[in-house]
Amino acid sequence: MQDDPVAAFRVEAGEVLDEVEQALLDLGSRLDDATLVNAVFRGLHTVKGSGAMFGFDALAGFTHHCETAFDKVRKGKARASGELVSAVLAACDHMRGLLRAEAGTADDGAGAPILERLARSLEAGEDAPAGATGDARAGGWHLRFRLAPDAMANGVNPLALLAELRELGAGAITALTDAIPPLSELDVGECRIGWAMSLPAAATREAIEDVFLFVLDDMELDLTPLEEGDAARPDVPAGNDAAPPGTPVAARPAERIAEETVRVPAGRLDELMNRVGELVIAQSRLSQIAGHGEDLALRSVSEEIERLAGELRTTMMVLRMVPVANLFGRFRRLVHDLGRETGKQIALVTDGEGTEVDKTVAEALFDPLVHIVRNACDHGIEDDDSRRAAGKPETGTLRLSARQASGQVELTISDDGRGIDLARVRAKAEANGLLAPGAVLPDHELVQLIFQPGFSTAAAVTSLSGRGVGMDVVRRKIEALRGTIDIDSRPGQGTTFTLRIPLTLAIIEGLLVRVGGGHYVLPLGAVEECLELPAETDQRSRGRSLITLRDRLVPFLRLREMFGADGTADPYQKMVVVGAGNSKVGLVVDQIVGSQQTVIKSMSPLHREAAAFAGATILGDGSVALILDIGHLLAVAQPREERLRAVG
Amino acid sequence: MTASILTVDDSASVRMAIRIALSGAGYRVTEASDGADGLNKARGERFDMVVTDLNMPNMDGLTMIREMRRLPNQAGVPIIFVTTESDDGIKAQAKAAGATGWLVKPFQSEQIVRVARKVLGR
Repeated sequence: MQDDPVAAFRVEAGEVLDEVEQALLDLGSRLDDATLVNAVFRGLHTVKGSGAMFGFDALAGFTHHCETAFDKVRKGKARASGELVSAVLAACDHMRGLLRAEAGTADDGAGAPILERLARSLEAGEDAPAGATGDARAGGWHLRFRLAPDAMANGVNPLALLAELRELGAGAITALTDAIPPLSELDVGECRIGWAMSLPAAATREAIEDVFLFVLDDMELDLTPLEEGDAARPDVPAGNDAAPPGTPVAARPAERIAEETVRVPAGRLDELMNRVGELVIAQSRLSQIAGHGEDLALRSVSEEIERLAGELRTTMMVLRMVPVANLFGRFRRLVHDLGRETGKQIALVTDGEGTEVDKTVAEALFDPLVHIVRNACDHGIEDDDSRRAAGKPETGTLRLSARQASGQVELTISDDGRGIDLARVRAKAEANGLLAPGAVLPDHELVQLIFQPGFSTAAAVTSLSGRGVGMDVVRRKIEALRGTIDIDSRPGQGTTFTLRIPLTLAIIEGLLVRVGGGHYVLPLGAVEECLELPAETDQRSRGRSLITLRDRLVPFLRLREMFGADGTADPYQKMVVVGAGNSKVGLVVDQIVGSQQTVIKSMSPLHREAAAFAGATILGDGSVALILDIGHLLAVAQPREERLRAVG
Repeated sequence: MTASILTVDDSASVRMAIRIALSGAGYRVTEASDGADGLNKARGERFDMVVTDLNMPNMDGLTMIREMRRLPNQAGVPIIFVTTESDDGIKAQAKAAGATGWLVKPFQSEQIVRVARKVLGR
């Protein structure tokens, strides 16, 4: 953001004029296009309105005539012609000139011929004025006003008031900036600018006061009739015309120019993302070097670059985000077709479609979602008869919803069907050797077994599901996105799947830890707490890796043993507790180094078998750290936990 | 961009009259049936202007205006209230609550459009 509103206005007005020109050029070939006429009118209106506000009176006055011309066209009182278009194009050039001049500079007269041309080009425009500003005739009014400080907070738009006054013929509008407090005391929501202007004699007192209809009671208004020969602006010192730098931001025009979009091939975004990734790595090297040295100048540059790289990264992320609406939209047709095929009535309800997620993530989610949606339509939602018998509405409901929660996107897919048959799950699991016959397992753990490889409860294989691709594939795909999947099923009421996926795949906030001589990164989102492993627990727990945390037994893994680290362990071992969904595992490490932005590099095909790692990253000093796969570590810890629980 | 206006009134016919007048003038209109409903809709979306009745069930107009002014996303949004009384007491109360302007019932469709143009400046 610029701090100088006048400079900001110049840039803004330049952009608006660009758009006006484009619209004019298009209008040249489509003279009856009302949208284009409106676009030109709006653009001119903006330039005029904001111009007056920032002291560009000559610009505002000149633009006013062009705006009036287009207002006539807009209201059908005149017709657009090629001559009008070229006159206004010439006018735009003149406006740019006025825009470049110092605020407060008077029109040099170069605009007059253009205005004459404009007037001629208006078929019905015989009454178009030819003069520039200086409307104040002998007599007339001098008006000064200040709104209440809370006027803008209460919905009063000073620009609209100025526009109305200008319609009454106000000229020489000046901003009174003397009441603006110093920047440190400035409340940007308050209106501290006043305005002074002259009004022609033709405007009646009632008409002028009518402009202030809603605010008359709580404002300062000073309306004095001018005697013939009075100076137009008796009390405004010369040189006060321009709004000085530091004019409150709240005084900026509220109108915004049209939002523009550019389509970019996804490949280029990926390329850019890679570069940003490299930059983040290089930047962390730089800050390490700067941090070790004594050079303060270097350090301040390094901090600046760190900030910029961080902002660049954030911007980059936003660029890649797409609303899940597109993803959800693809399911309308699918659910419709599935309903016909199964002879069921299924309504698809979606919500949170505005939730945004990385494009790659959205694409990778499609297949797993298809699988879950198919299962829900095929097995979950009952046929009409069963639903009637169960006292449910005949139309089954499938709900897809999305929301953002703490750096993750949470997707839920729920149906109001019969729920998962736990007895069948048990029978199947026992038959497949996934569960010891008769083993006692709480329901919510039993239902998780459907995520085991080779599990399918469909009694009959239909064309929709049950082709051997089971929920285990779904889980693997979600985990490949570093996400988690949970299931909650209530008999007779339905099933809900909850997917939690990180917003982006390319860069994560990581926690760097050291085990022996090696560094490892844990995704910060999965870290629940860090603590020191008490020496006695350390001793006592040899061979029995469980620790009691807040009355809950949590299994833990000694990464030192797991990775066969060399050297002696640090005397005080630290533990990082990570979790996903309902499960937790403690990881015992030598040192917790700190959090850092981690650019994920995928592992080479050679290392694909190393399931404990989700990828690798390059540290600031150029060395490599491996990123741990939380899902895998949880899975390793789980059987141990069960074994240990069984032993007691 | 089309300005979007929220109209809050418990009378469906008044809402309809306001909607027809404003949408005829090219504004996008969202309706709410009482103060609570209006406040709820304002939580989810920033409107360019709000037109509200004062006398409504569930939450009256004054309370709604006061609550709306506390919503960060509705700061500076013009709120016009509709009143049958022409006495200044109610106007003062509504302005103290944060209202921008008023419209006296009964009104013609041109009048509401004029007020909309006035406070919106477009």
